[in-house]
Order: sequence, then structure tokens, then C-alpha cells
Amino acid sequence: MLKVLRDLFRHSREFAVGSILVLIVLGIVVASFFSPYPPLDSYVVPPDIPPSWDHLLGTNSRGQDVFWQVAVAMRNSLLFGISVALISRVISLVIGLVSGYVGGMVDRILMSINDTFVVIPLFPILTLFYFMMHDHMSWALLALAMASLGWPYDARLIRSVALSLRNREFTTQSIFSGMSTRQILLEEHLPYVLPIVFSTTLNNINWSIGLEVTLSVIGLTNIETPTIGTMIYWANQHTAMVAGIWWWVLAPVAIVIMTFIGLFLLSVSINEFIDPRTRLARIGV
Amino acid sequence: MRSYLWYFLRRLGQFVLVVFVGINIVFFVTHATPIDPVEQAINSATQFGQSDPRAVEIMRKALRELYGLDGTLWQQYLTFWKRLATGDFGPSISAFPTPVSTMIGRALPWTVGLLSTSTLIAWCTGNFMGGLAGYYRKSRLLKAAGIVATGLQPIPSYIMSLVVLILFGYLWPILPISGGFEMNVPPGLTFAFMSSVVTHSLLPVLSLALITIGGWFVGMRSLVSNIVAEDYVVYAELAGVDRHRILTSYVMRNALAPQLTGLALSLGGIFNGAIITEVVFGYPGLGTLLVRGVNSGDYSLVLGIASISIIAVAAAVFAIDLVYPLLDPRVKVR
Repeated sequence: MLKVLRDLFRHSREFAVGSILVLIVLGIVVASFFSPYPPLDSYVVPPDIPPSWDHLLGTNSRGQDVFWQVAVAMRNSLLFGISVALISRVISLVIGLVSGYVGGMVDRILMSINDTFVVIPLFPILTLFYFMMHDHMSWALLALAMASLGWPYDARLIRSVALSLRNREFTTQSIFSGMSTRQILLEEHLPYVLPIVFSTTLNNINWSIGLEVTLSVIGLTNIETPTIGTMIYWANQHTAMVAGIWWWVLAPVAIVIMTFIGLFLLSVSINEFIDPRTRLARIGV
Repeated sequence: MRSYLWYFLRRLGQFVLVVFVGINIVFFVTHATPIDPVEQAINSATQFGQSDPRAVEIMRKALRELYGLDGTLWQQYLTFWKRLATGDFGPSISAFPTPVSTMIGRALPWTVGLLSTSTLIAWCTGNFMGGLAGYYRKSRLLKAAGIVATGLQPIPSYIMSLVVLILFGYLWPILPISGGFEMNVPPGLTFAFMSSVVTHSLLPVLSLALITIGGWFVGMRSLVSNIVAEDYVVYAELAGVDRHRILTSYVMRNALAPQLTGLALSLGGIFNGAIITEVVFGYPGLGTLLVRGVNSGDYSLVLGIASISIIAVAAAVFAIDLVYPLLDPRVKVR
């Protein structure tokens, strides 16, 4: 494992840049546990101070320190992304593995359902969901709704790997030795698809953080939970850009872009490493 | 020809399935959630001052009928489909008595225009540049373009629009940042109106194109670099076929087919991006209308936009599917 990481770091510039960006973000997230101010309290510091040594990223119009706000917000956003990704992984794994292994009619039906979910535009549906929930809307419910809609892309990818496993000799051998379908999928095929699942997880985290930011900024989530999106929402409510408090908007935008690019580069380089053709061509190990 | 008919029927089936599943999700969301839109509307209407309980009861009954929420769940479900089939979503509460279908009809051309222009620009440039980058692997300039494209790809549309807005709205204010056209120009087929529409669309189109271009670029580059290694390309090169011709009709044409499938698959996501971008720039399309509907508690409007979005995206995907055989003639043979 360590050797793999070292090879990746040495030979893939994408992996190096991506992991540095992600490490910086994680560092800030960990730092949020040591925040000197409670995240929900306002007017704990003088408002509207530009960045300085006392307040690294300045303070906002609600009298909060922007750096510590960003740290807590990033922690919540990341947690949200990870939960959506984990829940939707379960769905995409089940659909992808079953579809690829069983094949035939089951495969055709599952894949047309899959393609259906790929096409349906989520934003109007999630907006409608908020409209019907209003104050009942919570962090967990939104995560559940997004997870149950955000699995199809990756299910297709997992299926394509599972499809190639089906005709391999060890699968035939497991069938002859009397393993059940569930056993074959869980014990034989799952380990093979795990690397690709890992890289899709990173992409899915990106996707869900992005969608959460968008919904929150427009005010379509629970705006009391500090996330990157709600932070920009409050900055917009106080017309921070017009008032010249640019650091209030710039800080969350900058950290979230760092997260997006970092996670994306990691997933791209891991994908290249998994595929033996590109690995030989680009990394050479 | 028979296999083309089969292909057509299969895609038509997929279109019907998308509409069916999507509309069912919409029905489920509106009926399995705790908030009753009728009570919501009554609450906001009776918030100020006393109301006669009898009047409230009449209002409740009228609203139930208006929203199609009377009768058993099964009856409501049938009403829902019937209204959808006739395109009748009832009048809007926030802009009474304008029918929701009229409001959507007014907003839809803006969204379609924005979406198709930006997608066309991004898909064509992304694929062309990506194809070049895959074929001429050593070019410094194309490598740099690849790095930029990779960096732009994962940024969600809201953040991108915000960055574009700050760059061209505050730091270097050269373009209009809000609305679909200048307020003092009367709509019509005049040059002033047209140029106003174009200048107002530049920033939304730019921010949408910037995000999607990266995906096409990277996808096309890897497709082309795989195809270049294929035997038939090597033979063509050995046989002395013009390099330019190899690139366009041997390599790129083969790579375009999967990219078109990719466009069909990602259209839902691109649509999301477009309506979000509209919100940021106050563009008079579906997105802005949707958010306005939510903020003013307009149930019919939000429901109508969600349903129409699903049907519109499914129809667009169906249209792309029908173009596909032109690029990949194998569909006809199989």
C-alpha cells in the first residue's frame, strides 16, 4: 500500500497536486475542532475587519471570524459529501454487480432503469422536495434524497467491470464449487471492483458537495447549519460583495474550489493507475 | 432499415420510461411529504387579520380542486397524469390568474436558447481541441490547454457563475450581469433588442461553456489517443494518407460517436447547470422562475416546472439518440 502511494506520488503529477490540495483542506477541517469561538454564535469579534494577523481571513458582518467559519463549514460540507457518497455506493454496487454478473434480461431491465435515472434532471426535483419539506428539511434527509438519485453513473461503471469478471475462470470455478450468487458477488467480485469504487466515491463526494452548495446558496436547505453553501448564502444576504467585504465570499469559494480540484485529480490519477494500459504508458510501474 | 426501426422503437421506449419514472418521482415527492400545499396557501392568505371560517372552508375546497388534491390517492394520481397530458397546471397563485403553462412557455425559450448555445459551443470546441490534443501529444500549447481543462472540469456551475460574475461584474465591469435584455429596449425583431439579448447572454453562456468544455476535451483526448494506436490508423499512415484526413475522417469521426452518447447521458446534469446559472444572472428562464415560485409559495408553478423539465430533457435526449445513427452507421446494420 505504501509503495503504491509512493509510486503514485513520484510518477503522477496529478496525484501529487491532488493529494497536497486535499491534505490542506483536511488540515483546515481538523483545525475546526480547535475553534476558539462556537460556530453558531455571532458578534464574538468586531465585524467587517479585513484579513490581518489577528483574524487570518478577516471577520464578517455578523461578527464572526471568517477563517473559523470556513473551517467548520468545510467540515460539515465534507461530512455531507462523504455520507451521500457512502449511501449511494451501496445502491450502485448492488445494481452494478448484479447487473454485470446475472446478465440477460435482468441486466437489460436494470440498465434501462439506470439510464433513466441518469437522464432525469435532479435540480428541479430537489427544489420541489425542499418546497414540500420547508422547515422539516434536514441535513440527513437531503443526504438521503441525493444518495437515492445520485448512483446511476457509477453503477454503469461498476457493471462494466463486473461484466468482464463474469467470464473469468475463477468465476466458473466458484460456481462449480457450489458458491451462491451472493457469495460470488461479495467474496469474489467485490474485491476486484473496490479500486474503481474508491475513485468513483471521490467523484461522488465532489458532486454532492457541489449540489449542496448550490441548493444552500439559493436558500433551499436548512440555512442554519453552517456549510460552505450557507456561508455564501449569508454573505449574499448581507450583500458582502457590494459592501466590499470580499473576503467573506472569497474564502469559502477558494476552499471549495481547492476541494473540488484536489478530489478530482486524485480520482483521475487513481483511475489511470487502475487501468494497466495507462499505468504502463504514464507511470511505468 | 428494419434494424433502424428497432433502434428507434427501443429509444422511444426509453423516452417513455424516463418520463414515467420522473413524473412518478414528482408525484411521490409531492404526496409523501409532510407539508400540505393547500394548508400552506391558506396560512399565508389568512396570516393578516380575521377570516370567516366559512370563507376559509370554501377556499380550502377550491384550492384542493385547483391543485388536483381532492379524492382518493388513486384519483389524484389519475388527475395528475390527465393534467400533464393536456399541459394544464392551473393558474399560478403568485401571478394570479396567469396560467402556469403560459409562464413556463414564456420562460422556456430563454432556457432552451442558453442551454443549446452553450452546449453546442462547448461540445464542438471541447471535442475539436481534445481531438487535436490526443493526436499531437507533444504540443506544449495543447498540454497546457489540457491542464486548464482538467482544472475547470470539477467546478460546479454555481461557483463558476459566481467567479465569472465577480470577474466581469465587479473587477472589470464590461458586460451586463443581470436579466435577459435591457429594460428600456422594447422586445421585437429590432437590431437594438437582438444585440441586447446577445450581450446579456454572453456571461451565462461563458460560465456554462467553461465548465462543460473540460469534460469534452479530456474525454475526446483519451478516446483519440486510444484510436491512434489502432491498426487501421497505422496502416493509413503507412499508406501515406494525408495526416489531416487521418485526423478528421479516420480518428475523430470514430471518436465522436461515444462523445454524442456522452452528451445524451450528461444532458440532465447540463440542464441543472443551466438553470442554476440563470438564477445567478437573473436570466428570465426556467431556473429564475422556479426559485421565484419557491419563494412565493406557488405550488402549481414549482410542480409544473419540475414536470416540464423532466419531459423537456427526456425529449432532448431522444432527439440526440435519433441523430446518433448519422454518426455511427453500424446502428443501421446491426
